[in-house]
Amino acid sequence: MMTSKKMGIDFFSFGVKLTLGVALSLSFVSESSFANTKAPKTLTYALLTEPPNLDSSQATDSESFFIVGHTMAGLTRYDDKGNILPAVAEKWEINDKGATFYLRKDAKWSDGKPVQAQDFVFAWKRALDPKIASEYAFILYHIKNGEQINQGKLPLSQLGAVAKDPHTLVVTFEKPCGYFLGLTSFATYLPLREDFVTQKKDKYASSPENMLYNGPFKLTKWIHGASLRLEKNDKYWAQDQIQLDVIDIPYITPDANARFNLFKTQKIDLIQALSKESLANAQREKFKLKKFSDGTLFYMQFNFKKGRPTANKNLRLAIRSVINPTEFVSRVVSIPGTQVGVGLVPSWMKGNQQSFRKENPIPVPKQNLAAAKEYMAKARKELGQTTPISLVWLTGDTALAASEAEYFQNLFKTALGVDLKIDKQIFKQRLSKMRSGDFDIVSAGWGPDYADPMTFVDLFTSWNGNNHGAWFNDQYDKHVRNAMNSVDTKYRMTEMAAAEKIFMEEVPMIATYERTVMYTHSDRIEGVVRRVMGADPDFTNVRIKE
Amino acid sequence: MLSYILKRIFVGLITVFTIATLTFFGMHAVPGDPLLKGKVVNEVVRKNLEEKYGLDKPLFVQYGTFLTNMIKGDFGLSFTQQNRSVNDIIREHFPISAILGALAIIAAAIGGIIGGAIAAVKRNTMADRSIMLLVILFVSVPSFVFAALGQVLIAEIKTRVGVELLPVAGWGTFKHMILPSLILGLGTMAFLARLMRSSMLEVVHQDYIRTAKAKGVSSLQIFFRHQLRNAVLPVITFLGPAVAAITTGGFVAEIVFAIPGLGRYFVQAVQQLDYTVIMGLTVFYGAYLVFVVILVDVIYGFIDPRIRIAGA
Repeated sequence: MMTSKKMGIDFFSFGVKLTLGVALSLSFVSESSFANTKAPKTLTYALLTEPPNLDSSQATDSESFFIVGHTMAGLTRYDDKGNILPAVAEKWEINDKGATFYLRKDAKWSDGKPVQAQDFVFAWKRALDPKIASEYAFILYHIKNGEQINQGKLPLSQLGAVAKDPHTLVVTFEKPCGYFLGLTSFATYLPLREDFVTQKKDKYASSPENMLYNGPFKLTKWIHGASLRLEKNDKYWAQDQIQLDVIDIPYITPDANARFNLFKTQKIDLIQALSKESLANAQREKFKLKKFSDGTLFYMQFNFKKGRPTANKNLRLAIRSVINPTEFVSRVVSIPGTQVGVGLVPSWMKGNQQSFRKENPIPVPKQNLAAAKEYMAKARKELGQTTPISLVWLTGDTALAASEAEYFQNLFKTALGVDLKIDKQIFKQRLSKMRSGDFDIVSAGWGPDYADPMTFVDLFTSWNGNNHGAWFNDQYDKHVRNAMNSVDTKYRMTEMAAAEKIFMEEVPMIATYERTVMYTHSDRIEGVVRRVMGADPDFTNVRIKE
Repeated sequence: MLSYILKRIFVGLITVFTIATLTFFGMHAVPGDPLLKGKVVNEVVRKNLEEKYGLDKPLFVQYGTFLTNMIKGDFGLSFTQQNRSVNDIIREHFPISAILGALAIIAAAIGGIIGGAIAAVKRNTMADRSIMLLVILFVSVPSFVFAALGQVLIAEIKTRVGVELLPVAGWGTFKHMILPSLILGLGTMAFLARLMRSSMLEVVHQDYIRTAKAKGVSSLQIFFRHQLRNAVLPVITFLGPAVAAITTGGFVAEIVFAIPGLGRYFVQAVQQLDYTVIMGLTVFYGAYLVFVVILVDVIYGFIDPRIRIAGA
């Protein structure tokens, strides 16, 4: 008995000594490492998933774009209002035949070597190389011979992009392109240095030491699945304008509640999107909430393949007339501030001078049950069906997808007598079924690849492989082609508006909503920019308040 | 004994081979396409991707290539993380799952054995009833509920009292491991407690316990020396498969607590039809499970002389 008590005391004092010792040594360490410098200005953040691929010519997802957007600089960049500003290119000349970019002389890679015109040429050829099999290669098809090279019909050397000298990049277009400049900030257009990438082979971009950076930050730590750390890049030409020293990402979790609790315990500075439940909690905690529309349009798309009842126009019109978009958004989506889907081009898209939607207005669709009944009666007659019409509704496996499907199932049944069979699939299976046309209606979404209405309008042309509903319309195609072959903004917008008009008459899809997220960030930071295109959230110009 | 072990290993290898084969064909039979992404790529790019992953060949040829590579211990490159090999993924992330699992098992074993033993000794008292109530709760409520509750609790205490008991999520220090391993172990702990209780109840009525009592041995000594030691045997049998199940089944805790374990990769791989990762992890997990079960059977022979293999 005695022994154990004595031992207990010993342990206790040992414990005290140990703690004191550790505390002392810790304070010593922290003082010594930051003796001459102030504590680094650090922003902490949690990613949803691990970035699958940080190779800019192969990256396709928002997490990878987030990292690449902070560590790399392209020819141009967007400001927080969506205007194009110079970046590696100081100035440029652009016409309908091509463009010449004059690169700044102080742009450097993180190893100190200069960023040169040939780095862009190399990166573009690499992304177009069929062997690399980049998913976004198509975004380089505006450069002469790009598509032919990507299909293996022409050698890489035939690409219409040449480094005239180390600081002059000359691009020849395949055909006139009115929005080329906006593309040059996109990941696939970022430079890569040939000697470095060739040396690293397939290990390129797999870890911080296997990457080069020319942007405001560099990746200094990447523990797969666990954490990443970005530190200010002292070789970046405008590094004196960057106030943040570190973007620390100590957590990677797709769990919305976990991110909420991390924010609540002040472990992270920003939640990029609050889930429905955490939104309610955030309101209770009185967090300052902000709204952001991420540019993605959601819609139901009809299948036009032979034998599908949805190929019947009256049935589609009946469905459109029965939907009350405002009710749908408030009851099902129920994120405050969500925009009702109106046409094919979302409301945020810029047109000629101001928003495309303002310049080319479409009335907000309204529910009209009487009209719906009439259309439905016609549809039944044309389809020759006396038994209830049954449609397959293909959708994803999220909670929102499920409640959306149930909402429409109930609505179509009571108002139209149409049975919806819900086919809920995980992402890959849903894509696969979309591609094979295994649906009547698919609930889908499309995020823009560049800031021009074309990124949406192009989607429903007969030549687009993503036109899964197989709706083909010659007049529509004609207007889109006209817009594609011109650099005259006003003309292009008029043509795309004409295409959209046909689209609204034929109803190949019904827009349901434009995604909006509610987010919150801590009071100690300011200057966060949310972007539809590129790195989002953009922390480049964040300041830490003292 | 040696021939018995060799025989078990041989059967184990066949088991792993069967698992691999069934998974391979099952996986390819699932509708969907691992190369599909949000956007359509042109045919040449598509063909190149298929060549890169060998998907252009007939299924049986792919199976043959897979088997040859498997024997060499090479599971290929991941489809989703194109510059990482499956071997790298296992090497970097399995140790984390293993640590988490080991801690969970320790917590479950300690809690389960002690809880079950107390419940049996104090049968039909408040203590017994409350332990059994917890057991039912832990067995029937899925672990992600407790995971979320645990987090909410910590966050609430932090905002109300200003004290951060444990980190909400993340991985790195021992503090990060406490909550997730406890929660991961809850189900097993409950099961063990029930097992321990019934096994203990049997032991309590054995003659040697009465003898010990008659000899005047103190009740604490009877509890530890005679009852606990004899009742714990079936629990150990169960622990073997439980170790394997817990180290491989931690993905819920891994997702909620942002832990970079292997389970998370497995679930993601299945969702994204990442063929190489699915196959690599299935074979790895299968082999691991088989190995642990054999190990437990062998160890069991040492613990309990009655079970020793005939002829060994």
